[in-house]
Amino acid sequence: MALPSDYAPKFQDYARPQMLVTTEWLAEHLEDPGLVVAESDEDVLLYETGHIPGAVKLDWHTELNDPVTRDYVDGAGFARLMSLKGISRDTTLVLYGDRNNWWAAYALWVCTLFGHPDLRLLDGGRAKWIAEGRRMSTDLPQRPRTDYPVFDRDDAAFRAFREQVAAHLGQPLIDVRSPGEYTGELLHMPDYPQEGAVRGGHIPGARNVPWSRAAADDGTFRTRKELEAIYQDEAGLRPDDDVVVYCRIGERSSHTWFVLHHLLGHPRVRNYDGSWTEWGNSVRVPIRSGETP
Amino acid sequence: MTASGSGTLNPRLREIAEDFGAVPESERLHLLLEFAEELPPLPERYCEHPDLLEQVPECQTPLFLAVEVDADCAVHLFFDAPREAPTTRGFAGILHAGLDGLSADEILDTPGEFSSQLGLRDLVSPLRLRGMAAMLARIKRQVREQQN
Repeated sequence: MALPSDYAPKFQDYARPQMLVTTEWLAEHLEDPGLVVAESDEDVLLYETGHIPGAVKLDWHTELNDPVTRDYVDGAGFARLMSLKGISRDTTLVLYGDRNNWWAAYALWVCTLFGHPDLRLLDGGRAKWIAEGRRMSTDLPQRPRTDYPVFDRDDAAFRAFREQVAAHLGQPLIDVRSPGEYTGELLHMPDYPQEGAVRGGHIPGARNVPWSRAAADDGTFRTRKELEAIYQDEAGLRPDDDVVVYCRIGERSSHTWFVLHHLLGHPRVRNYDGSWTEWGNSVRVPIRSGETP
Repeated sequence: MTASGSGTLNPRLREIAEDFGAVPESERLHLLLEFAEELPPLPERYCEHPDLLEQVPECQTPLFLAVEVDADCAVHLFFDAPREAPTTRGFAGILHAGLDGLSADEILDTPGEFSSQLGLRDLVSPLRLRGMAAMLARIKRQVREQQN
Protein backbone atom coordinates (compact mmCIF):
# COMPACT_ATOMS: atom_id res chain seq x y z
CA MET A 1 0.00 0.00 0.00
CA ALA A 2 1.57 3.26 -1.11
CA LEU A 3 1.97 6.08 1.36
CA PRO A 4 0.42 9.47 0.64
CA SER A 5 2.49 11.95 -1.34
CA ASP A 6 4.33 14.83 0.26
CA TYR A 7 2.44 17.93 -0.84
CA ALA A 8 5.28 20.35 -0.04
CA PRO A 9 4.68 23.50 -2.12
CA LYS A 10 8.13 23.45 -3.74
CA PHE A 11 7.55 19.97 -5.17
CA GLN A 12 4.28 20.95 -6.85
CA ASP A 13 6.18 22.78 -9.58
CA TYR A 14 8.08 19.65 -10.60
CA ALA A 15 6.78 17.32 -13.30
CA ARG A 16 6.44 14.43 -10.81
CA PRO A 17 6.09 15.89 -7.31
CA GLN A 18 5.44 12.43 -5.88
CA MET A 19 9.09 11.45 -6.49
CA LEU A 20 10.34 13.54 -3.55
CA VAL A 21 9.70 13.74 0.16
CA THR A 22 10.88 16.33 2.66
CA THR A 23 12.68 15.51 5.90
CA GLU A 24 9.52 16.67 7.76
CA TRP A 25 7.35 14.22 5.84
CA LEU A 26 9.76 11.37 6.46
CA ALA A 27 10.04 12.09 10.19
CA GLU A 28 6.26 12.01 10.38
CA HIS A 29 5.85 8.75 8.42
CA LEU A 30 8.89 6.87 9.70
CA GLU A 31 6.82 4.32 11.61
CA ASP A 32 4.21 3.77 8.89
CA PRO A 33 3.82 0.23 7.66
CA GLY A 34 4.38 0.08 3.94
CA LEU A 35 7.43 2.34 4.09
CA VAL A 36 11.06 1.27 3.83
CA VAL A 37 13.86 3.83 3.98
CA ALA A 38 17.17 2.87 2.37
CA GLU A 39 20.50 4.65 2.68
CA SER A 40 22.94 4.52 -0.22
CA ASP A 41 26.33 6.18 0.21
CA GLU A 42 29.65 6.52 -1.47
CA ASP A 43 31.37 5.31 1.69
CA VAL A 44 30.38 1.73 2.48
CA LEU A 45 30.77 2.30 6.25
CA LEU A 46 28.96 5.60 6.64
CA TYR A 47 25.64 3.85 7.30
CA GLU A 48 27.23 1.97 10.21
CA THR A 49 28.26 5.24 11.87
CA GLY A 50 24.58 6.18 12.14
CA HIS A 51 21.52 6.25 9.88
CA ILE A 52 17.89 7.29 9.94
CA PRO A 53 16.23 4.96 12.48
CA GLY A 54 14.93 1.85 10.77
CA ALA A 55 16.68 2.53 7.46
CA VAL A 56 18.27 -0.38 5.63
CA LYS A 57 21.55 -0.09 3.76
CA LEU A 58 21.78 -0.47 0.00
CA ASP A 59 25.31 -0.51 -1.38
CA TRP A 60 25.80 0.25 -5.06
CA HIS A 61 29.16 -1.52 -5.31
CA THR A 62 28.53 -4.75 -3.52
CA GLU A 63 24.78 -5.19 -3.95
CA LEU A 64 23.44 -3.52 -7.10
CA ASN A 65 26.26 -4.56 -9.41
CA ASP A 66 26.84 -8.06 -10.69
CA PRO A 67 30.10 -9.20 -9.07
CA VAL A 68 31.57 -10.58 -12.31
CA THR A 69 30.07 -9.03 -15.43
CA ARG A 70 30.04 -5.23 -15.72
CA ASP A 71 26.29 -5.00 -15.40
CA TYR A 72 23.61 -4.70 -12.76
CA VAL A 73 22.09 -7.68 -11.03
CA ASP A 74 19.41 -9.54 -12.97
CA GLY A 75 15.75 -9.94 -12.05
CA ALA A 76 16.38 -12.89 -9.75
CA GLY A 77 19.28 -11.11 -8.06
CA PHE A 78 17.20 -7.97 -7.54
CA ALA A 79 14.31 -9.98 -6.12
CA ARG A 80 16.71 -11.71 -3.74
CA LEU A 81 18.20 -8.39 -2.63
CA MET A 82 14.81 -6.72 -2.08
CA SER A 83 13.53 -9.77 -0.15
CA LEU A 84 16.59 -9.72 2.08
CA LYS A 85 16.04 -6.02 2.85
CA GLY A 86 12.41 -6.61 3.71
CA ILE A 87 11.06 -4.68 0.71
CA SER A 88 7.88 -5.78 -1.07
CA ARG A 89 6.72 -4.85 -4.53
CA ASP A 90 4.11 -2.50 -3.01
CA THR A 91 6.55 -0.90 -0.54
CA THR A 92 7.04 2.85 -0.70
CA LEU A 93 10.83 2.95 -0.94
CA VAL A 94 12.43 6.24 0.12
CA LEU A 95 16.11 6.53 -0.74
CA TYR A 96 18.61 8.95 0.72
CA GLY A 97 22.37 9.23 1.04
CA ASP A 98 25.49 11.32 1.26
CA ARG A 99 26.85 13.84 -1.25
CA ASN A 100 23.59 15.45 -2.38
CA ASN A 101 21.95 12.04 -2.86
CA TRP A 102 24.46 11.17 -5.55
CA TRP A 103 24.43 7.43 -4.76
CA ALA A 104 20.81 7.41 -3.66
CA ALA A 105 19.83 8.70 -7.10
CA TYR A 106 21.94 5.97 -8.65
CA ALA A 107 20.21 3.32 -6.54
CA LEU A 108 16.84 4.82 -7.46
CA TRP A 109 17.72 4.65 -11.16
CA VAL A 110 18.74 0.98 -10.85
CA CYS A 111 15.49 0.19 -9.00
CA THR A 112 13.66 1.95 -11.84
CA LEU A 113 15.08 -0.55 -14.32
CA PHE A 114 13.20 -3.24 -12.40
CA GLY A 115 10.03 -1.14 -12.41
CA HIS A 116 9.61 -0.86 -8.64
CA PRO A 117 6.37 1.15 -8.56
CA ASP A 118 6.88 3.60 -5.69
CA LEU A 119 10.36 5.09 -5.44
CA ARG A 120 11.12 8.44 -3.83
CA LEU A 121 14.16 10.48 -2.87
CA LEU A 122 14.56 12.35 0.41
CA ASP A 123 15.15 15.95 -0.70
CA GLY A 124 18.43 17.07 0.87
CA GLY A 125 19.51 13.56 1.77
CA ARG A 126 21.57 12.52 4.77
CA ALA A 127 23.21 15.92 5.28
CA LYS A 128 19.91 17.79 5.66
CA TRP A 129 18.49 15.21 8.06
CA ILE A 130 21.59 15.55 10.25
CA ALA A 131 21.75 19.36 9.91
CA GLU A 132 18.22 19.56 11.28
CA GLY A 133 19.30 17.59 14.34
CA ARG A 134 16.98 14.70 13.59
CA ARG A 135 17.36 11.33 15.22
CA MET A 136 20.04 8.91 13.98
CA SER A 137 20.63 5.34 15.05
CA THR A 138 23.31 2.69 14.82
CA ASP A 139 20.83 -0.14 15.44
CA LEU A 140 20.50 -2.52 12.52
CA PRO A 141 16.84 -2.95 11.60
CA GLN A 142 15.48 -6.46 11.71
CA ARG A 143 12.94 -6.36 8.93
CA PRO A 144 11.13 -9.60 8.23
CA ARG A 145 12.20 -11.15 4.95
CA THR A 146 9.77 -10.66 2.08
CA ASP A 147 9.10 -12.60 -1.07
CA TYR A 148 9.78 -9.98 -3.73
CA PRO A 149 8.67 -11.30 -7.12
CA VAL A 150 11.14 -11.65 -9.99
CA PHE A 151 10.76 -8.89 -12.56
CA ASP A 152 13.14 -8.83 -15.48
CA ARG A 153 15.24 -5.73 -15.77
CA ASP A 154 13.99 -3.52 -18.60
CA ASP A 155 16.85 -1.41 -19.92
CA ALA A 156 15.02 -0.02 -22.96
CA ALA A 157 13.41 3.09 -21.53
CA PHE A 158 16.05 4.56 -19.24
CA ARG A 159 19.41 2.99 -20.06
CA ALA A 160 21.62 3.57 -23.10
CA PHE A 161 24.40 1.31 -24.36
CA ARG A 162 27.43 2.35 -26.40
CA GLU A 163 25.95 1.42 -29.78
CA GLN A 164 22.82 3.40 -28.99
CA VAL A 165 24.89 6.41 -27.97
CA ALA A 166 26.84 6.14 -31.25
CA ALA A 167 23.52 6.18 -33.10
CA HIS A 168 22.36 9.12 -30.99
CA LEU A 169 25.24 11.44 -32.03
CA GLY A 170 23.84 14.75 -33.22
CA GLN A 171 21.02 14.64 -30.67
CA PRO A 172 21.21 16.11 -27.15
CA LEU A 173 23.82 14.68 -24.83
CA ILE A 174 24.67 15.98 -21.38
CA ASP A 175 28.08 15.28 -19.89
CA VAL A 176 27.73 15.81 -16.14
CA ARG A 177 31.41 15.47 -15.20
CA SER A 178 33.64 18.28 -13.97
CA PRO A 179 34.89 20.79 -16.58
CA GLY A 180 38.41 19.30 -16.40
CA GLU A 181 37.17 15.83 -17.23
CA TYR A 182 34.98 17.21 -20.02
CA THR A 183 37.78 19.05 -21.80
CA GLY A 184 40.10 16.07 -21.45
CA GLU A 185 42.54 17.80 -19.15
CA LEU A 186 41.75 15.24 -16.42
CA LEU A 187 41.19 11.52 -16.87
CA HIS A 188 39.32 11.21 -13.58
CA MET A 189 37.43 13.31 -11.06
CA PRO A 190 39.46 15.89 -9.18
CA ASP A 191 40.74 14.23 -5.97
CA TYR A 192 39.45 10.84 -7.08
CA PRO A 193 41.19 7.69 -8.21
CA GLN A 194 42.19 7.18 -11.78
CA GLU A 195 39.71 4.66 -13.07
CA GLY A 196 41.51 3.89 -16.23
CA ALA A 197 40.29 5.76 -19.29
CA VAL A 198 43.02 5.87 -21.92
CA ARG A 199 41.61 8.93 -23.71
CA GLY A 200 40.33 12.21 -22.30
CA GLY A 201 37.59 14.48 -23.62
CA HIS A 202 33.88 14.07 -24.27
CA ILE A 203 31.38 12.54 -26.66
CA PRO A 204 30.99 14.94 -29.62
CA GLY A 205 27.98 17.19 -29.22
CA ALA A 206 27.70 16.72 -25.45
CA ARG A 207 27.06 19.84 -23.40
CA ASN A 208 28.83 20.04 -20.04
CA VAL A 209 26.55 20.60 -17.04
CA PRO A 210 28.25 19.30 -13.85
CA TRP A 211 25.70 17.23 -11.97
CA SER A 212 25.97 19.07 -8.66
CA ARG A 213 24.66 22.28 -10.18
CA ALA A 214 21.18 20.78 -9.75
CA ALA A 215 21.64 20.86 -5.97
CA ALA A 216 21.34 23.90 -3.72
CA ASP A 217 23.80 24.52 -0.89
CA ASP A 218 21.75 22.47 1.56
CA GLY A 219 21.73 19.48 -0.80
CA THR A 220 18.09 19.87 -1.83
CA PHE A 221 17.14 20.08 -5.49
CA ARG A 222 16.99 23.54 -6.98
CA THR A 223 13.55 24.88 -7.82
CA ARG A 224 12.00 24.09 -11.16
CA LYS A 225 12.63 27.61 -12.36
CA GLU A 226 16.33 27.37 -11.46
CA LEU A 227 16.64 23.96 -13.10
CA GLU A 228 15.00 25.22 -16.28
CA ALA A 229 17.46 28.10 -16.38
CA ILE A 230 20.37 25.64 -16.20
CA TYR A 231 19.23 22.84 -18.49
CA GLN A 232 16.95 24.63 -20.93
CA ASP A 233 18.12 28.24 -21.19
CA GLU A 234 21.80 27.50 -20.72
CA ALA A 235 22.33 23.99 -22.09
CA GLY A 236 19.64 24.37 -24.73
CA LEU A 237 17.49 21.31 -23.99
CA ARG A 238 13.92 21.46 -25.27
CA PRO A 239 11.13 19.78 -23.29
CA ASP A 240 10.50 17.14 -25.97
CA ASP A 241 14.17 16.26 -26.59
CA ASP A 242 15.47 12.71 -26.48
CA VAL A 243 18.42 13.09 -24.11
CA VAL A 244 21.34 10.85 -23.13
CA VAL A 245 23.28 11.66 -19.95
CA TYR A 246 26.63 10.22 -18.90
CA CYS A 247 29.57 10.66 -16.54
CA ARG A 248 32.31 8.17 -15.64
CA ILE A 249 30.40 5.03 -14.63
CA GLY A 250 26.84 6.36 -14.66
CA GLU A 251 26.39 7.36 -11.03
CA ARG A 252 26.65 11.15 -11.17
CA SER A 253 24.52 11.09 -14.32
CA SER A 254 21.77 9.18 -12.47
CA HIS A 255 21.30 12.33 -10.44
CA THR A 256 20.90 14.40 -13.62
CA TRP A 257 18.66 11.69 -15.10
CA PHE A 258 16.39 12.13 -12.07
CA VAL A 259 16.35 15.89 -12.54
CA LEU A 260 15.61 15.83 -16.27
CA HIS A 261 13.07 13.02 -16.22
CA HIS A 262 11.25 13.39 -12.93
CA LEU A 263 11.65 17.05 -12.04
CA LEU A 264 11.64 18.71 -15.48
CA GLY A 265 9.50 16.04 -17.14
CA HIS A 266 11.56 15.23 -20.23
CA PRO A 267 9.79 12.15 -21.57
CA ARG A 268 12.85 10.35 -22.90
CA VAL A 269 16.06 10.52 -20.88
CA ARG A 270 18.50 7.62 -20.89
CA ASN A 271 21.52 7.14 -18.66
CA TYR A 272 24.61 5.79 -20.41
CA ASP A 273 26.21 3.89 -17.52
CA GLY A 274 29.13 2.67 -19.63
CA SER A 275 29.97 6.36 -19.63
CA TRP A 276 33.52 7.64 -19.99
CA THR A 277 35.19 4.49 -18.64
CA GLU A 278 33.73 2.71 -21.68
CA TRP A 279 33.71 5.45 -24.33
CA GLY A 280 37.19 6.74 -23.42
CA ASN A 281 38.60 3.22 -23.81
CA SER A 282 36.78 2.25 -26.99
CA VAL A 283 38.61 1.90 -30.29
CA ARG A 284 37.66 4.30 -33.10
CA VAL A 285 34.77 6.08 -31.40
CA PRO A 286 34.71 9.84 -32.00
CA ILE A 287 36.00 11.99 -29.15
CA ARG A 288 36.23 15.72 -28.80
CA SER A 289 38.66 17.46 -26.47
CA GLY A 290 38.53 21.06 -25.29
CA GLU A 291 35.56 23.24 -24.48
CA THR A 292 33.67 22.98 -27.78
CA PRO A 293 30.72 20.58 -27.55
CA MET B 1 63.51 -8.09 0.23
CA THR B 2 61.64 -6.95 -2.86
CA ALA B 3 59.85 -3.71 -3.66
CA SER B 4 56.53 -5.36 -3.00
CA GLY B 5 57.56 -6.95 0.30
CA SER B 6 58.61 -10.46 1.22
CA GLY B 7 55.13 -11.85 1.71
CA THR B 8 55.20 -12.35 5.48
CA LEU B 9 53.16 -10.16 7.78
CA ASN B 10 54.69 -8.64 10.88
CA PRO B 11 53.13 -9.95 14.12
CA ARG B 12 50.89 -6.90 14.59
CA LEU B 13 49.50 -7.02 11.07
CA ARG B 14 49.10 -10.79 11.34
CA GLU B 15 47.04 -10.33 14.47
CA ILE B 16 44.85 -7.77 12.70
CA ALA B 17 44.36 -10.12 9.75
CA GLU B 18 43.50 -12.94 12.18
CA ASP B 19 41.01 -10.72 13.99
CA PHE B 20 39.26 -9.98 10.72
CA GLY B 21 39.32 -13.67 9.83
CA ALA B 22 37.90 -14.67 13.21
CA VAL B 23 34.72 -12.58 13.06
CA PRO B 24 31.80 -13.48 10.80
CA GLU B 25 31.41 -11.40 7.65
CA SER B 26 28.52 -9.51 9.17
CA GLU B 27 30.80 -8.09 11.86
CA ARG B 28 33.86 -7.32 9.75
CA LEU B 29 32.60 -3.87 8.77
CA HIS B 30 32.14 -3.04 12.45
CA LEU B 31 35.71 -4.07 13.09
CA LEU B 32 36.81 -1.76 10.27
CA LEU B 33 34.75 1.00 11.87
CA GLU B 34 36.60 0.46 15.16
CA PHE B 35 39.88 1.04 13.36
CA ALA B 36 38.39 4.21 11.87
CA GLU B 37 37.47 5.43 15.34
CA GLU B 38 40.90 4.61 16.77
CA LEU B 39 42.85 6.55 14.14
CA PRO B 40 44.80 9.16 16.11
CA PRO B 41 44.15 12.78 15.21
CA LEU B 42 46.69 14.65 13.15
CA PRO B 43 49.34 16.36 15.33
CA GLU B 44 49.10 20.11 15.41
CA ARG B 45 52.30 20.65 13.46
CA TYR B 46 50.66 19.00 10.46
CA CYS B 47 47.30 20.73 10.93
CA GLU B 48 49.15 24.01 10.57
CA HIS B 49 51.13 22.76 7.55
CA PRO B 50 48.90 20.69 5.31
CA ASP B 51 51.50 21.20 2.55
CA LEU B 52 53.70 18.67 4.38
CA LEU B 53 51.15 15.92 3.77
CA GLU B 54 51.02 13.75 0.68
CA GLN B 55 47.63 13.16 -0.91
CA VAL B 56 46.60 9.62 -1.81
CA PRO B 57 44.33 10.18 -4.80
CA GLU B 58 43.71 6.45 -5.20
CA CYS B 59 41.43 6.56 -2.16
CA GLN B 60 37.81 7.17 -2.88
CA THR B 61 37.75 10.06 -0.47
CA PRO B 62 40.74 12.38 -0.19
CA LEU B 63 43.27 11.08 2.29
CA PHE B 64 46.51 12.72 3.32
CA LEU B 65 49.48 11.10 4.98
CA ALA B 66 52.92 11.91 6.33
CA VAL B 67 55.82 9.61 7.13
CA GLU B 68 58.64 10.38 9.58
CA VAL B 69 61.69 8.24 10.19
CA ASP B 70 63.26 9.08 13.56
CA ALA B 71 66.91 8.86 14.67
CA ASP B 72 66.43 5.22 15.71
CA CYS B 73 65.10 4.35 12.26
CA ALA B 74 61.58 3.86 13.61
CA VAL B 75 58.86 5.00 11.24
CA HIS B 76 55.93 7.13 12.38
CA LEU B 77 52.79 7.49 10.33
CA PHE B 78 50.25 10.30 10.31
CA PHE B 79 46.92 10.32 8.50
CA ASP B 80 44.19 12.81 7.83
CA ALA B 81 40.79 11.86 6.39
CA PRO B 82 37.36 13.39 6.92
CA ARG B 83 34.91 11.94 9.47
CA GLU B 84 32.40 11.33 6.67
CA ALA B 85 34.84 8.87 5.12
CA PRO B 86 34.94 6.07 7.71
CA THR B 87 36.11 3.42 5.22
CA THR B 88 39.17 5.42 4.26
CA ARG B 89 39.80 6.23 7.93
CA GLY B 90 39.45 2.53 8.72
CA PHE B 91 42.12 1.62 6.17
CA ALA B 92 44.40 4.27 7.63
CA GLY B 93 43.63 3.01 11.14
CA ILE B 94 44.68 -0.53 10.19
CA LEU B 95 47.95 0.69 8.72
CA HIS B 96 48.60 2.85 11.77
CA ALA B 97 47.88 0.02 14.20
CA GLY B 98 49.93 -2.43 12.17
CA LEU B 99 52.93 -0.37 11.13
CA ASP B 100 53.46 2.74 13.26
CA GLY B 101 56.71 2.58 15.20
CA LEU B 102 58.20 -0.31 13.22
CA SER B 103 61.58 -0.14 11.53
CA ALA B 104 61.95 1.02 7.95
CA ASP B 105 62.90 -2.50 6.87
CA GLU B 106 59.87 -4.04 8.52
CA ILE B 107 57.62 -1.60 6.72
CA LEU B 108 59.28 -2.17 3.37
CA ASP B 109 58.83 -5.88 3.93
CA THR B 110 55.03 -5.63 4.22
CA PRO B 111 53.34 -7.45 1.35
CA GLY B 112 51.82 -4.97 -1.10
CA GLU B 113 48.67 -7.04 -1.37
CA PHE B 114 48.24 -7.22 2.41
CA SER B 115 44.76 -5.64 2.21
CA SER B 116 43.46 -8.69 0.34
CA GLN B 117 44.10 -10.83 3.44
CA LEU B 118 41.46 -9.09 5.56
CA GLY B 119 38.42 -10.78 4.07
CA LEU B 120 36.93 -7.42 3.08
CA ARG B 121 36.89 -7.86 -0.68
CA ASP B 122 33.22 -8.75 -1.05
CA LEU B 123 32.09 -6.41 1.73
CA VAL B 124 33.98 -3.34 0.64
CA SER B 125 34.63 -4.05 -3.09
CA PRO B 126 38.04 -4.40 -4.76
CA LEU B 127 37.91 -0.83 -6.09
CA ARG B 128 37.67 0.62 -2.59
CA LEU B 129 40.35 -1.74 -1.25
CA ARG B 130 42.75 -0.41 -3.86
CA GLY B 131 42.91 2.72 -1.72
CA MET B 132 44.60 0.83 1.11
CA ALA B 133 47.18 -0.75 -1.21
CA ALA B 134 47.91 2.73 -2.58
CA MET B 135 48.43 4.14 0.92
CA LEU B 136 50.90 1.38 1.70
CA ALA B 137 52.76 1.91 -1.58
CA ARG B 138 53.10 5.63 -0.87
CA ILE B 139 54.25 4.98 2.70
CA LYS B 140 56.94 2.63 1.40
CA ARG B 141 58.08 5.12 -1.22
CA GLN B 142 58.42 7.84 1.41
CA VAL B 143 60.34 5.49 3.73
CA ARG B 144 62.74 4.66 0.89
CA GLU B 145 63.20 8.33 0.04
CA GLN B 146 63.98 9.21 3.63
CA GLN B 147 66.42 6.33 3.99
CA ASN B 148 68.49 7.58 1.07
